[in-house]
Amino acid sequence: MAVDRIFKDEANEEKGERARMASFIGAMAIADLVKTTLGPKGMDKILQSTGRGRAVTVTNDGATILKSLHIDNPAAKVLVDISKVQDDEVGDGTTSVVVLAGELLREAEKLVAAKIHPMTIISGYRMAAECARNALLHKVMDNKEDAEKFKSDLMKIAMTTLSSKILSQDKEHFAELAVDAVLRLKGSTNLESIQIIKKPGGSLKDSFLDEGFILDKKIGIGQPKRIENAKILVANTAMDTDKVKIYGARVRVDSMSRVAEIETAEKEKMKEKVQKIIAHGVNCFVNRQLIYNFPEELFADAGILAIEHADFDGIERLALVTGGEIASTFDNPESVKLGHCKLIEEIMIGEDKLIHFSGVELGQACTIVLRGASHHVLDEAERSLHDALCVLSQTVNDSRVLLGGGWPEMVMAKDVDELARKTPGKKSHAIEAFSRALVAIPTIIADNAGLDSAELVAQLRAEHQKEGCTAGIDVISGSVGDVAQLGISESFKVKQAVLLSATEAAEMILRVDEIITCAPRKRENRM
Amino acid sequence: MALAFDEFGRPFIIIKEQEQKTRLRGLDAQKANISSGKAVARILRTSLGPKGMDKMLQSPDGDVTITNDGATILEQMDVDNQIAKLMVELSRSQDYEIGDGTTGVVVLAGGLLEQAERLLERGIHPIRVAEGYEMASRIAVENLERISEKFDFGLSNIEPLVQTCMTTLSSKIVNRCKRSLAEIAVKAVLAVADLERKDVNLELIKVEGKVGGKLEDAELIYGIVVDKDMSHPQMPKKIEDAKIAILTCPFEPPKPKTKHKVDIDTVEKFQTLRVQEQKYFDDMVQKCKDVGATLVICQWGFDDEANHLLMHRNLPAVRWVGGVELELIAIATGLSCLSFSALYFICLLFIWIDSIKKFFYGSSTVFFFLYLPESNVINVFEGGRIVPRFQELTPEKLGKAGLVREKSFGTTKDRMLYIEHCANSRAVTIFVRGGNKMIVEETKRSVHDALCVARNIIRNNSIVYGGGSAEISCSIAVEAAADRYPGVEQYAIRAFADALDSIPMALAENSGLQPIETLSAVKSQQIKENNFYYGIDCNDVGTNDMREQNVFETLIGKQQQILLATQVVKMILKIDDVISPTDY
Repeated sequence: MAVDRIFKDEANEEKGERARMASFIGAMAIADLVKTTLGPKGMDKILQSTGRGRAVTVTNDGATILKSLHIDNPAAKVLVDISKVQDDEVGDGTTSVVVLAGELLREAEKLVAAKIHPMTIISGYRMAAECARNALLHKVMDNKEDAEKFKSDLMKIAMTTLSSKILSQDKEHFAELAVDAVLRLKGSTNLESIQIIKKPGGSLKDSFLDEGFILDKKIGIGQPKRIENAKILVANTAMDTDKVKIYGARVRVDSMSRVAEIETAEKEKMKEKVQKIIAHGVNCFVNRQLIYNFPEELFADAGILAIEHADFDGIERLALVTGGEIASTFDNPESVKLGHCKLIEEIMIGEDKLIHFSGVELGQACTIVLRGASHHVLDEAERSLHDALCVLSQTVNDSRVLLGGGWPEMVMAKDVDELARKTPGKKSHAIEAFSRALVAIPTIIADNAGLDSAELVAQLRAEHQKEGCTAGIDVISGSVGDVAQLGISESFKVKQAVLLSATEAAEMILRVDEIITCAPRKRENRM
Repeated sequence: MALAFDEFGRPFIIIKEQEQKTRLRGLDAQKANISSGKAVARILRTSLGPKGMDKMLQSPDGDVTITNDGATILEQMDVDNQIAKLMVELSRSQDYEIGDGTTGVVVLAGGLLEQAERLLERGIHPIRVAEGYEMASRIAVENLERISEKFDFGLSNIEPLVQTCMTTLSSKIVNRCKRSLAEIAVKAVLAVADLERKDVNLELIKVEGKVGGKLEDAELIYGIVVDKDMSHPQMPKKIEDAKIAILTCPFEPPKPKTKHKVDIDTVEKFQTLRVQEQKYFDDMVQKCKDVGATLVICQWGFDDEANHLLMHRNLPAVRWVGGVELELIAIATGLSCLSFSALYFICLLFIWIDSIKKFFYGSSTVFFFLYLPESNVINVFEGGRIVPRFQELTPEKLGKAGLVREKSFGTTKDRMLYIEHCANSRAVTIFVRGGNKMIVEETKRSVHDALCVARNIIRNNSIVYGGGSAEISCSIAVEAAADRYPGVEQYAIRAFADALDSIPMALAENSGLQPIETLSAVKSQQIKENNFYYGIDCNDVGTNDMREQNVFETLIGKQQQILLATQVVKMILKIDDVISPTDY
């Protein structure tokens, strides 16, 4: 009697070797996809969306590439997920983590083919990952005490991160921007308070950091264009007719004159609200919601600059920058904290008018204005800058720093290799494989730069046998160089996250011996 | 087919539209059922034990789950076959009852079915097989009782508990840091356990997960974690010695349930209405402030104006907190939790209905009654009270917490609210981190299993040794008992003994050992030395004495496995007719 179907229609099941093969291949395909973007000479990818408009994105950022892919292979989804988490958690290294996981699986596939049980490989990988982490911990540098040095560390990290992106031409300029912006945050990791405004036109070099705050809004007609020593009230309140919020209330009148009366009452109410706001003694009023024509006119009469419809983030930032609070009621003018700034004026960037707040009280937020030739360039620049900012803000909290340029991988590989030699049993094959996977990263970096990777990596390995070596790949000159002198640094936190998540993901995929796919949910055709 | 004739020779139809139905009868039906049951067991077989592999499941929406937990695999498997569904139910009931051993129970059932098939081929009637299994299962359960050991632990000596949880965790992906997770689980269970009554209410333990960080970052929080942040960005992020008002009414003007209309026809009315409206907000906030609350937790949203007023009066607030969380917060921040046996409580209710009120500190307190059927106990949480209306807010209804703080994660603006050092420290949260979504989900499941195991030990501190040793011992006992039974059942009992061997066999197979060789070696060792500690050495430690390896399982878990598996197999064997609609 043959086994009946156990599963529903279209659901299927893959077992044992086939399942493993399917997940290996899927994961490696994903890794190969982003492999060529790794390193300073990595290439970009064009992504075209299937949605309306067929929007095009040109990017080098692993997380962005993977996010936009439609993937069916479950193992590949695991990799996409780790890259996303890496992006959320530390911001950079999104490509490296996928590539490393891919390499680990590639090595694992060979071991499985050589009849080593996946569980043995996993335990070997675990030991190796632990050992690699310790190796990094031994070599890490911490310059938290020395502010000057710390800043130069940050500078180096920013430049290293940016060097693999579109901004690499002006990396010094942008690194400075990023470091400046992050240091302003004073240790908070809330990148929300760094605003990035993109304006097409000009060149990337024209981008600048503004200490004050720029709001992408226009000043109301007839209102002052320039205010010195501004007192700012930041609000979130309805400035239309101000609906009555009591449930079930409605107006029922019996004659036209009554309608007029109610209308006047409404107007009065609005006027009163405006009066209350004016009574705060402000000369600038920023509201998150719309300001209708009538109140706007009243504000203009009082010589107050009223800005409507500032988006929520803008309001929060403005509150942060100016030190005011976000108000919604206006009955007690004496206790509402007002924001202050030295000067509000309208400025022009490119062809757009923006409102610029300068001389603000608290310097916690700032604005970076990006200029560039096209939207694609700007979008990519924003992503790159975001990566740099993320890494920097994480480094400010965890100030441990490593050298870059393939140096950490070689350090780890060396220690892991030694561990492999000491470990008895089949596990040592797995540990050895782990070190090979680590070495694959500098190899790929060199390959992407069109260099002779075999030669360079061999040289690098020889160099690393010496104690206290600081050799890494110098992609620019195409040789093995001293990365400490070249000023290539990376954040320890990023490297650690790459190592641990890649191992975890590889382990997870290795443990699978069966894939069960449910029937895709039927979408009803609503058309 | 199902066609019968009455006394006049006219056919009448028993099954409607029978040409559209497929029908299997007699031995064919049994064999088909057995083979589909076996197929399900075969899927899970490789997941058994510390070296078991995981399964990757893709849901209809394309989400990926990677897991080792039998119940989860079966639940998400999209099963169509009726018998396979029975197996899914089987593992689910083990999950509800015990929480662990969900894979083992299915593998055992699979083994029993396989043996039954052979007996059927030899012409033994299915009912006799079922009866033989029933007898054998009784012998096995008794044997388990005999070989079980009592197990001492206390608040100061949690090591044995940790060891048991580690046995459970070792088969999961988290076994890299099983030690720390096991400790967390045990501490969590002990924090909420009622050792005198030997009961644990697992609802007081919340397992929260957040993607990011690493497994080692998992922590136990003596309090509650809520995935929410303060309603106004400028509210303080840290409150010490918080007095918490827990509200289920929105910070909005009241909406009476009865339909009503407020008609405005004059300017005066319009103005009074406006004043009234402002007063509402003012009153609400003032009320909270008056009773001395320093934190407001609300189930509903706030109006912009109310939000600002709260901020203005320096009263931090959290909005849109889910009902379950709200209850947990209420329990955690409340004063005490009293438990009664149900009987006693009902007596109380009937006899002293009035005095009961006085008994609990006064009049208008809201109680939480939590009835635990398995221990016949009612828990009365006279706790932080959920307040449905502002008017009912009084100082003694506020919950208390030592520290409330907001914590942000990663580079996105994810924030969570920690409520710690609560007045009633009996609600705890286990907060799990992990490299990706699947790891976090799997860790949560594993922690849940560990919690269940710890709870079971607290309920009943008898344990048996793991690693297949208990099954081998039962198999020997059943085998020996078989000869004493006259009749055909003898064969079924012997088959049962063989089926019990399927678990150690699968363990050995998954660990890369020679299954038959290893099993026979261990079995002879057990008989020779009359010692039931010997099991399969899955981790290649070098000894197969499970006592030395510290591999324990709970007695109730094991007994339940055997009983449940036998029941389901009996049920499957008794089916001799399967009628199902054809697909086309």
